[in-house]
Amino acid sequence: MIAEAGLAALWLAATMALLQLVLGALVLSRGQTSLGRAVAPVAVIQAALVSIAFACLVAVFVRSDMSVLLVAANSHSAKPMIYKIAGTWGNHEGSMLLWVTILGLAGATIALFERTLRADTKLATLSAQAAIALGFYAFLLFASNPFTRISGVIEGAGLNPLLQDPGLAFHPPTLYAGYVGMSAAFSFAVGALITRDVGPTFARAMRPWILGAWILLTIGITAGSYWAYYTLGWGGWWFWDPVENASLMPWLAATALLHSVTVLATRDGLRTWTIMLAVLAFSMSMVGTFLVRSGILTSVHSFAVDPQRGLFILGLLTVYITGAMALFAIRAGTIAEGNRFELVSREAALVINNLILTVVLVVVLAGTLYPLILESINGDKISVGAPYFNSVAGPLAVVLMLLLAAGPLMRWRSDRPRALIDRMAPALFAGATMLLLLAAFGGTIGYLPLVGLVAAAVVGVASIAPLWKRDLKRAPLFTWGMVLAHFGCAVSIAGMASDAAFTKENMVSVAVNETREVGPFAVTLLGVRERPGPNYQILEAVLSISKSATGAPFQMTPQLHAFTQPQMTTNQAAIKTFWNGQLYLTLGENSDGDKFLLRMWWKPFVTFIWLGGALIALGGALSLLGRVRRDIWKKQAAPAIGPVEAPA
Amino acid sequence: MRLVPLLFAAMLVCAGPVYGQDLADVSLSDPRQEAEALALMDSIRCVVCQGQPISGSNADLAGDMRRLIRERIAAGDKPEAVRAMLVGKYGDWVTFRPQVKPATLPLWLVPLLALLAGGWLVSRRIGRRRS
Repeated sequence: MIAEAGLAALWLAATMALLQLVLGALVLSRGQTSLGRAVAPVAVIQAALVSIAFACLVAVFVRSDMSVLLVAANSHSAKPMIYKIAGTWGNHEGSMLLWVTILGLAGATIALFERTLRADTKLATLSAQAAIALGFYAFLLFASNPFTRISGVIEGAGLNPLLQDPGLAFHPPTLYAGYVGMSAAFSFAVGALITRDVGPTFARAMRPWILGAWILLTIGITAGSYWAYYTLGWGGWWFWDPVENASLMPWLAATALLHSVTVLATRDGLRTWTIMLAVLAFSMSMVGTFLVRSGILTSVHSFAVDPQRGLFILGLLTVYITGAMALFAIRAGTIAEGNRFELVSREAALVINNLILTVVLVVVLAGTLYPLILESINGDKISVGAPYFNSVAGPLAVVLMLLLAAGPLMRWRSDRPRALIDRMAPALFAGATMLLLLAAFGGTIGYLPLVGLVAAAVVGVASIAPLWKRDLKRAPLFTWGMVLAHFGCAVSIAGMASDAAFTKENMVSVAVNETREVGPFAVTLLGVRERPGPNYQILEAVLSISKSATGAPFQMTPQLHAFTQPQMTTNQAAIKTFWNGQLYLTLGENSDGDKFLLRMWWKPFVTFIWLGGALIALGGALSLLGRVRRDIWKKQAAPAIGPVEAPA
Repeated sequence: MRLVPLLFAAMLVCAGPVYGQDLADVSLSDPRQEAEALALMDSIRCVVCQGQPISGSNADLAGDMRRLIRERIAAGDKPEAVRAMLVGKYGDWVTFRPQVKPATLPLWLVPLLALLAGGWLVSRRIGRRRS
C-alpha cells in the first residue's frame, strides 16, 4: 500500500508542476494577473506531494519491503538501519526522487519567502522551476519508477559494501541539494531574462541560492574526497575520475557565478556575463546529475549503471541545455551591458577570475567527455587522467591564485598599479620567504608543488590583508566570510602541494615482530587476528608504531572487511592524525603464508586539503549569514525595496 | 604433448618474485627508482577496473602490472620506455597521459580556444568608462 500511495503522490506532484507551469505561462503571456496568485500555493502543494512520495520510499526501505523491486535490488534485511535509510538514495531511482524532492522544496521556499523580486519575475522564476521539475517527473514516472513491485523475492541483494559508510549516507544528498540550488539560481536567471529584469535587486535575490548551493557543493566535494581517501585504501584523495569531475564542474561554474553576481549586486556590472554563468552552472549541474546516472561514464563511482536509460537522460539533458542556451541567445542582446571598468580594478580581477575558472571548467569537461566522443567517432579508446588535468589546469590554477590574492586588495572601477603592489608587499614577501625555505630545506620537489606552496603563502597572507587597519568588530560578516574562504583556498592548496611534494611511501611484506620504517615512524607488526563484524568478517593487523627518535609507541589496526552479500572485500585504513600530517596504514590483500602486506604512507599536512575545504564552506556560510542579515536590515530601513506589482 | 613445454613456460612465468619479495605490493629498495616507478604507476590505468590507476587498485591484473613496472625500472629501464611497452601491449587506453597526436589535439585546442574567445569577450568589457 505504501508504495502505491507513493506512486500516486508522485503523479499528483507532477500534475501540480504542470499546473504551476501552465498558470505561470498564462499570466506572463496573457497578463492574467488574477491567476498569478495561485502559482505560489501550487508550488507549495507540489513540494508537499513530492515529499510524501519520498517519505513513502524511505518507509518501504525501512520496512525492508522486498515486494518493491528497488528495495529487493538494493537493500538487505540484515543491514543496519542507517544504511537501510541511506539505501533509499544509494541507487538510481531513489536518488532521482531525492533530487526532485529537493527541487520541490526549493520551489516552495521561493514561493513562500522571496519578497525582494518583482512579482512578475518571481512568477517567471517559479514557472522555470516547474519546467525543470517536469522533466524529472517524466523521467521518474516513465523510465525509472522507484515504486515498481516484484513478487517472489524473500531477501534483498544488499548494498555495495563500499557504500556502507556513514560519510556516504550524506554525500549524495549534499551534492544534490547543491545541484538543485544551482537550478534555483538558474530559474531566477530565466525569470529575469523573461521579464527583462536583470539588475542589482535580482542579483541580491539570486545570491543566497548561489551561495547556499556553492557551500553544499564545496562540502560535498570535500567530503567525497576524504571518503575516497579513507575508503579506497591507497592514500589518494582525488582521481580525476569522471564522477568527481561531474561534481567539480558545477562547483567551478558556481564559483565564477558567485563572484560575478557580486559585481552585479554591488556595481550593476557584468549583467549578461552573470546570466551566462548561471546558464553554465545549471548546465553543469545537469551534466553532473545525469552523466553519472546514464552509465555513459565508466568509473569507480558508477554503481548504478544502466545504459538503457541513457537515451532518455541524454534527451532530457539536450532539451534543458539547448533550451537554456537558446533563451540566453535570444534575450542576451536585450540586456544592457551595465557599468564599465578599467583593467586594474576589482571588477577586472573578478571577471578574469571568472574567465580562468571557466577555462578550467572547459579543461575538465574536455578531458572527461573527449575520450567518449573520440571513441564514438572512430573507436579509438584513450584515457585522460591526472597527468593531463594537472599539467593543463595546474598552471591556470596558479594564475587564479594570483588573482585571488590581488583581487580583494583592489578598488572598484579603477586602481593604480603602484598602490596595488604596495598593498601586496607583505604577501609577496611571504611568497619569497617560502621559496627560500623550500630551496634551502625542501629537497627536490616538482615544479607544480613548488609553485603551489609559494602561491599558498602569497594567498594566505594576501587573503587576510582586507582586514588590516580595520576595526575588526565593524568589518561586515560577509567580509569575514570572503577572507575565511580565500584563506581556506590557500590552506587547501598548501595541503595538496605538500602531499605531492613530501609524501613518504613504503610498501612492505613483513612477518610478525618485524619492523619497517616510513617517514619518521617505525612500524612493527605485532600480530594478525580475525573476528566477526556486524555484517562482515574482519581481518585485522595489530601494529605498534614509534616515532624513530622519541615518544611512546602507540598501536594502529588497519583492517580488511570481507562481506558476503554481495561478496567483496574492502580496506579499512588505519589513519592517525598529527598536527603536521597523517600516518596512513593499510593491510594488503593476498598476504602470503606468514608474511603480510602493509602499505604505509606518511603524508605531511595532507589534512590541510580538507581543512581548507571546510574553511571555504564556513566562509561561504558566514557570507550567506551576513548577506541575509543585511538584506533583512535593509528591508526594515528602506521599505521601498518591497514587492512591486506586476505590470498589467 | 606440446602442452608440456607450454605448461613449463607458464610455470616459469608464474614462478614468483625474482627479487625475493613480490614487487606487486612491495617497494623497491632504491628510493629514486621506487619514486620513478610510483610516478609511472599513478599514470597507468588498471584496464579491468573502472577508471583507477594501477597504483590504487586491488585487482590482480593491476598487481601484475605493478610488478612488471617495478621489475623493469629495477632493471634500469627508463619510465617512458616502460610506458611505451605497456601502450604497445594494451593500447592508448592504458596511459592516463594522452599521447599527443592529431586525434587528441582537441584536448589542448578546445581549452585554448575557450581562453582566447573568453579573453576577447573580457577585453571588450574593459576600458574607459563611457561618459
